[in-house]
Amino acid sequence: MLASGGLVAQNIAFGIVALIMVVGALRVVTTKNVVHAALWLVLVLAGAAAQYLILSAEFVAVTQVLVYIGAVTVLFLFGTMLTRAQLGKATDLNNKTWALGIPVALLVLGTLVYVLIDTFGDDKVVDDPKDVPNVPVQAISDSIFKPYLLPFWALSFVLLAALVGAIVLARKD
Amino acid sequence: MIASAAPGWFLEHAYLIPLIPAIAFVAIIAFGKRIPAVQVGRYTVPGGGSLIGIASMLGSLALSAGAAIQWIQSSHGHSYTAPIRKSWVWWQSGGIEIGLGQQIDGLSVMALLLVAFISTLVQIYSLEYLKGDRRYTHFFAALTLFSSGMLVMVLAENMVQLILGWELMGLCSFMLIGHWWEDPANSRASLKAFFTVRTGDIGLLVGTAIVGLSAQKWINANGLQDQYSGFSIEGISRWALAGDSQYKSVLTWGAVALFIAAIGKSGQFPLHTWLPDAMAGPTPVSSLLHSSTMVVAGVFLVARIYPVFFEGLRILDTDVNFIAVIGGITIIVAALLAFVQTDIKKVLAYSTVSQLGYMMMGLGVGAWTPAVFHIWTHAFFKCCLFLCAGSVAHSGSHHSFDMKKDMGGLARKMPVTFVCWVISSMALAGVPFFAGWYSKDEIIDIAGANQYWVFFGIGLAGAFLTTAYMTRATYLTFFGKPRGAAAGIHESDHGDAHASHDAHDTHGAHDAHDAHDDHGAHAGPHESPWLIKGPLVILATLAIVAGLINAPAFKIFKFEEWVEPKAEPVALVAEHSAEGDGTKATEESHSEGAARSVLVAAGGESSGEGEATGVGEAKGEEEHAGYPNGRIDEGHLTGECGTPGFVPASEEACYAPGILHHKFEWIKALPAFVLVVLGFVLSAGFCVLFYERKHRRLVGLTERNVLARAGYKFLWNKYYLDHLYENVIVRGIAHPLARAMYWVNQNVLDGIVNGAGRTGRKVGEITYKVVDQGIVDGVVNGSGAAARGTGTALRPTQSGKVSQYGALLFAAAALAALILVLVNS
Amino acid sequence: MLVNQFLLLGAVLFAIGVYGVIARKNAVLVLMSIELILNSVNINLLAFALRNGGDATGHTFALYIIAVAAAEVGVGLALVILVYRNRRSIALDELSEMKG
Repeated sequence: MLASGGLVAQNIAFGIVALIMVVGALRVVTTKNVVHAALWLVLVLAGAAAQYLILSAEFVAVTQVLVYIGAVTVLFLFGTMLTRAQLGKATDLNNKTWALGIPVALLVLGTLVYVLIDTFGDDKVVDDPKDVPNVPVQAISDSIFKPYLLPFWALSFVLLAALVGAIVLARKD
Repeated sequence: MIASAAPGWFLEHAYLIPLIPAIAFVAIIAFGKRIPAVQVGRYTVPGGGSLIGIASMLGSLALSAGAAIQWIQSSHGHSYTAPIRKSWVWWQSGGIEIGLGQQIDGLSVMALLLVAFISTLVQIYSLEYLKGDRRYTHFFAALTLFSSGMLVMVLAENMVQLILGWELMGLCSFMLIGHWWEDPANSRASLKAFFTVRTGDIGLLVGTAIVGLSAQKWINANGLQDQYSGFSIEGISRWALAGDSQYKSVLTWGAVALFIAAIGKSGQFPLHTWLPDAMAGPTPVSSLLHSSTMVVAGVFLVARIYPVFFEGLRILDTDVNFIAVIGGITIIVAALLAFVQTDIKKVLAYSTVSQLGYMMMGLGVGAWTPAVFHIWTHAFFKCCLFLCAGSVAHSGSHHSFDMKKDMGGLARKMPVTFVCWVISSMALAGVPFFAGWYSKDEIIDIAGANQYWVFFGIGLAGAFLTTAYMTRATYLTFFGKPRGAAAGIHESDHGDAHASHDAHDTHGAHDAHDAHDDHGAHAGPHESPWLIKGPLVILATLAIVAGLINAPAFKIFKFEEWVEPKAEPVALVAEHSAEGDGTKATEESHSEGAARSVLVAAGGESSGEGEATGVGEAKGEEEHAGYPNGRIDEGHLTGECGTPGFVPASEEACYAPGILHHKFEWIKALPAFVLVVLGFVLSAGFCVLFYERKHRRLVGLTERNVLARAGYKFLWNKYYLDHLYENVIVRGIAHPLARAMYWVNQNVLDGIVNGAGRTGRKVGEITYKVVDQGIVDGVVNGSGAAARGTGTALRPTQSGKVSQYGALLFAAAALAALILVLVNS
Repeated sequence: MLVNQFLLLGAVLFAIGVYGVIARKNAVLVLMSIELILNSVNINLLAFALRNGGDATGHTFALYIIAVAAAEVGVGLALVILVYRNRRSIALDELSEMKG
């Protein structure tokens, strides 16, 4: 699975980061401590940012760190605190039917794995290691404001709605 | 002598003779009960349909007399007189045509006249005898139907019609014997009569089938289908005498079978047991059916298709044959039984059986004409005897027929009855110059002359016995001291006096009976009224005179001339049916003079004579064709037909076998006469000694002497034949059969029925439990349960739990994706 | 670098996220799991973007997803707080009024 040739460093990096991410994700869903879960989530999000870097998506990586780790995680922690979640070890954070998740997850995983291997097999991201494309911010910006302007506007409405909504919902009445 | 050219209206329309009584029967049944008695001056014209019966019988009598006269005229002087045959096709089946019609020849004319005459007299007698009876109308209806049936049989053109008449007679006999069926003894007697005759009728059907079908085969083989059918009497006669050797055994078996029928109907041994029991019927019935007419039907049958018996049983050719043996046995058996009877009608019944034996024996020894003549004479004197017995019961012994208990000394009280009785008894016994002598002694004479010595002896013994028992009966009835009712002792207990004979209805109706003549005063025995006396006198006169038409002693052979069928081969004329009106009318010798002359010419040596005695006087000493030399030494053969080995030529036909006529000699009549006298003397002496003077050696003999007692007991029990038939044979067959049938019924049939019921119930149970409760309800409940189960199973998916919804969502999506991938790959 | 390694990574994260959504009782933790899912999608997008010769579309949409995720978390947590306020608990298996 590991690519051969020039991009060995990236591969190794990928592997390490992927491992960390997976472990972190697993800990998110299995830990008995809510705050720990949030922290493990941070690890995953960080790992994701690292992956973005490997994928030559610097801007996205930065955005990821800023938004996700910076805002979302804080939000999570706020939410945890505001809902008086038991800080420290909680007795149970799993549903009664948590066992149902395993087969479903495995089914999903299985499906995806099969499809992916079947479809992409040994496709390389980049054929020539020297030819790793660079995606400048310019290109991203062009992409946002030209072909994908509408989604951008929609997105801004979503954010507005979320903003307003969150205030409305959380308002004490 | 030239006979009239046309045969005559009466002969052509002889079928009217049975038709009139048949119509009268229907009329009596339909209207009889509604006809009231009418008072005309001093006389009461009886109602109830009896006059219709008498009128119809008088009509038949007139027609029969006309037919007889025309027959006598036309047959006088010819060698061969063809019977007048007509038939209308009744039905066809398988190439055989069965018709209804008439065959009028001498025999049938004689029988027609006899039956019509006796029926008329008996019906007149019954007017008085059965006055006030509970079933007066039906009695006359049955009598009329009987007469019609016998007349149908007598002029039957074919065997099927003969059987029709035979069965009609049997039916009427059953009805009439059981006329007072309220008494179970009477209905038992009528059943016994019916069943016994029926047993013989098996032979009739089998024999008719054998003979008829074989004759049809022969007729087809010889191309004679348009002249006769296989069942016609003429066809059968011709077939039997055709000398075709392939039918020899058929003839024998057919003859045996048909004779069995005659045994049953004519009361020969061993099927004679029904006749004495048949005396349970009213006396007119006994006098008409069971003495003069019905019981001679068997004899008539044998005489009618005599060729079958002649050829089949080889009469005259062998020393002994079935018919003669049975006839002979019957004579003796019945005569012996007549000695131990106390009932006067039973004496007469056994006497009838015995005389029928004489007739059969006569036919068996080749004495055709005497046997048939004996039918004629016997009818008159036997009928007279029965009517006298009825007269005695009616006016003398207060309806009792018991000679020992209620009769005696009636000679002076009932003179007319007495004289008629004596005359008829003398005729029966065969006293010379009375009617019976001419016929019965001829039978005995010819038996001897034909070298049948055994039967000759039997005949003589029979004569002795007849005289003896008739003397006994006469003595007990008319002489001696009056006993019981004859003495005017009217038993208030009517029970046993009326037991099985002339029983009256209820005691209430007895008063109705008392209302007529001077009976009401119970004046004791007296003479009967004229309605009863009249027939007695007529018949007694005939008992003397009727024999004179065939008196060989006086060289009168009229009966023979008129009745005996000619045994010469008949030349057949080219054209047969003179009338083409679709009926088969073969009147060969009567239509044209030309035909007649042909016949006369073909008659050969027997041309132009009217007296049969003239036939072949020249042949007297020569050897008779085919008969063993010396066996039949004298007498003249009436014709060649039927002699052993004789086959008629191709243009000739034989219709009757040649029999032997013997010359009468006074010396030959002597043995019989001696025996008659002996019988009279011995019997009279015994009666006087035993009954009157109570001779101590005779009284109680049967108690002292073992042999006498055994013999008496044997006779008293009628040779244990009834015991054998009813207890051994019938019970031996019927009881196990009944038990087996009962077993089958209870176990098999009921088992099947019960089993079906049980099965049905079981099926019902199973259907209920398995099908209905299990399957159907199961399906119904199951569908409900399935729905509920499905709901219960699916309800958790609506738990409201988000995570579960999520899980389901993801799972479904993953599955859908997988499927999509797989389908598109 | 195989494209598959990124994609498979994404798949694994996705599956874990699915598991988390199903198995976790605490609403906040569920939202965290959803974040996992969204991130896995992002990885996919970017991997393909690189594979297609540096197509900026992938990057664009990755950004959009991040934005949406943020909005969603905000609203989601607002909901969670509201629920907490009303029911004093955010255990998801107690929120079953939609049962039936």
